[in-house]
Amino acid sequence: MGKEVHATEEQLRYATILDIGMKVGMLMLIVSFALYLTGILQPQVPVDELPKLWGLSVHKYLEVKGLHGGWSWLHLLNKGDFLNFTGIVFLGAVTIMCFLAIIPMLFRKKDIAYGIIAMTEVIVLILAASGLLKTGGH
Amino acid sequence: MPFLKKFLLVTMVILVVFSVCTSVFASSDVVEPVKKAANVSWWVWPLSLFVLTFVLGIVAVLGGVGGGVLFVPIVGGFFPFHLDFVRGSGLLVALAGALAAGPGLLKKGMADLRLALPVGLIASACAVVGAMIGLALPTNVVQISLGVTILGIVIIIIMAKKSEFPEVKEADALSTALRITGVYHEVSTGQQINWKIHRTLKGFLLFIVIGVMAGMFGLGAGWANVPTLNLLMGAPLKVAVSSSKFLLSITDTSAAWIYINNGAVLPMIVVPSIIGIMLGSMVGVKILAKTKPSAVRYVVITMLLFAGLRALLKGLNVWK
Repeated sequence: MGKEVHATEEQLRYATILDIGMKVGMLMLIVSFALYLTGILQPQVPVDELPKLWGLSVHKYLEVKGLHGGWSWLHLLNKGDFLNFTGIVFLGAVTIMCFLAIIPMLFRKKDIAYGIIAMTEVIVLILAASGLLKTGGH
Repeated sequence: MPFLKKFLLVTMVILVVFSVCTSVFASSDVVEPVKKAANVSWWVWPLSLFVLTFVLGIVAVLGGVGGGVLFVPIVGGFFPFHLDFVRGSGLLVALAGALAAGPGLLKKGMADLRLALPVGLIASACAVVGAMIGLALPTNVVQISLGVTILGIVIIIIMAKKSEFPEVKEADALSTALRITGVYHEVSTGQQINWKIHRTLKGFLLFIVIGVMAGMFGLGAGWANVPTLNLLMGAPLKVAVSSSKFLLSITDTSAAWIYINNGAVLPMIVVPSIIGIMLGSMVGVKILAKTKPSAVRYVVITMLLFAGLRALLKGLNVWK
């Protein structure tokens, strides 16, 4: 008997987008890190300063370097270190893209419960990605 | 015995990396570890991290655990990085592994979207809360909690039994309403396995705790997902393992965003770790096909035990 695949239409769609997204994200990560490491793009935080900084808590690190959280890295894309955030953020966005792609399929199949679950998941991920959820220092 | 040679080789590499890392901190009580580590050339750390994560990638595959659960306690315990950055990196390491494995598992029908979606929603929402708690708490509190958690995971790994095909006499009302059921092709026997689950509500409630812990410690959560899906909810082992791996791509994404947005991601730590662990995993898969990896389980247990104690004692300021 040949090997049968028991995956739903939306599961296969999800897998396809996940596969493409993961590969694109990894490529972005490798290319941007190469630009950073070779010094082709100057970093915002010099690499030889890093050993003095990476032992600090994140709140202290941001304070010392005058950096901000959230999406402020978008203003520093011309810097080698912050360019890496394009790949990191893309990998973080892949799951959202996958859910957005299957939501219409779920509702078309009248799978209301899973359509709502998928929509709620997108809201949770977008809220997490929005930068609205901040934490206090320690 | 080729396996014994490989086993010894892997153990030796781990010990060498550990000793290099610890020797940097060992010589003086006066100089703080961070200041001492700052005297080492910057490139030594990402390079060491790459070597370590490459080894961890091999060990994780052979030991049947996720990369994140090894990464956070070991790197947090033996590298000069603050735990905030280590947890952010740990989540991205686990996320990258899950994103890489997810498509294949979904396409083969091993991971199940209907099983993963509801638990993914619960775990990812709770991982956001966990990540925020983790970043707000004092470092030593997180360090102590991490140590206790890792030691708890060691007990789970030692004690937890696995059930290839758990007996589920009847699907419960919730899983029936959500139509969480499936069929997968078991390659070893050529059979089509029909499966269903039970104790769905209890499982969902447990994923609240799993999500919080995943976000708080940046560990990934395969160590908890698999026993919950397999032993509690009754999913066949292969479906539980595959769905757990895919599930991490959802859970870790939400928590990773919190770490990214709070600035707890340093590319110099994250990128070598992701590349190292992914290359290591590829090598691990090749070794796995040729060897019997049961002994590696003891390497994983030893590493976790050592790293868990280190985290606990570091948090208690006993072993700085």
